[in-house]
Amino acid sequence: MAQVSSIADEQTSTPVSSSKSITLRISRYNPKHDESSQFMEFSVPYEKWTTVLEAILEVKKHFDHSVAVRYSCRQATCGSCGMMINGKPRLACFTKISELNSNVITVEPMNNFPIIRDLAVKFERLFDSHHKIKPYLIRDDSELESDEREFLQSPKEVEQYIQFANCIKCGLCNSACPTMATDSSFVGPQALAQAYRYVADSRDKGKDTRLKIIDESHGIWRCHFAGSCSQVCPKGVDPAMGIQLLRGYLLGFRS
Amino acid sequence: MRESTIMKIHYGTALAAVALVAVHILMRLTQGFAESLEYESVLANYKFIPYAIMLELILILLSVHGFNGLRVILLELKQGKTYEKAVSYGCFAAMIGLIVYGSRTIIMTNMGMI
Repeated sequence: MAQVSSIADEQTSTPVSSSKSITLRISRYNPKHDESSQFMEFSVPYEKWTTVLEAILEVKKHFDHSVAVRYSCRQATCGSCGMMINGKPRLACFTKISELNSNVITVEPMNNFPIIRDLAVKFERLFDSHHKIKPYLIRDDSELESDEREFLQSPKEVEQYIQFANCIKCGLCNSACPTMATDSSFVGPQALAQAYRYVADSRDKGKDTRLKIIDESHGIWRCHFAGSCSQVCPKGVDPAMGIQLLRGYLLGFRS
Repeated sequence: MRESTIMKIHYGTALAAVALVAVHILMRLTQGFAESLEYESVLANYKFIPYAIMLELILILLSVHGFNGLRVILLELKQGKTYEKAVSYGCFAAMIGLIVYGSRTIIMTNMGMI
């Protein structure tokens, strides 16, 4: 309760006296006692720079503090505030109301994730899949001796994987993935992109282990290359490309 | 069998089937489409051994590709250990059944038993 109060006391960047306002439709659902989700509408003032997250916090501050939303950094770094905004998975802190070109903003919890309450979803499946592909460098000599330097890489070697290292585990790619919607065992674009990130890293020696993990009936082959994961990534990561490059290893086109 | 091996077979059968079906369609066009479907014409095709072999290959390629595709669709539709085993073995059995039945038709016609 103390946490809720402190959030409500925070100052937002949007003055209440703003002349412009939008209708913010928030999906409300508590799986413990609701049969289905319902939308609650709020009229929220906004400025050119107001983000969807700020609008939600405005609702929490002035109208209904019980709206459940997960957020932290407010600068697209922590990956906490992923949600469906006008039908598309986006980060609420990275989406300005003014760029949505709509007087009605609908926010819902991310697809393909179990709902905790309202806009907050469970990330267990994403983290389990991420953990499954061993997201760390696998080497026999992982401990450096005192007289050794760090594992050096050329710029070209870094270029092979660096964009995939930008993943913030926000889950938007998994939310947009059509296979994730039907296949509850699918490893997902986030984990597959991270598998490529480490397989393509010249310092890593765990390629065979990782390829074996993803080469199963609900692994990499269940991706149908819809490409929606790459479209929604707020950090410019291209999981669809990573998946195709990873397939190259399994099909023998890459070594 | 590893999924990558199955998918290599899946892609390979698709490519080979496209090539052979193209030959099959071209052969139909050489004598006019309606004529090629006449009873005697169809029998003649089966009795011409190279063509019968090609039809057998198309049958195998399309059965393997089609039933693996069906397996993939069904695996994505629902999950569960028992269900997945039933789907995999069921699709394999159906594929063998179709190939055996189709091969029987090709062989019997080729040998003049029909």
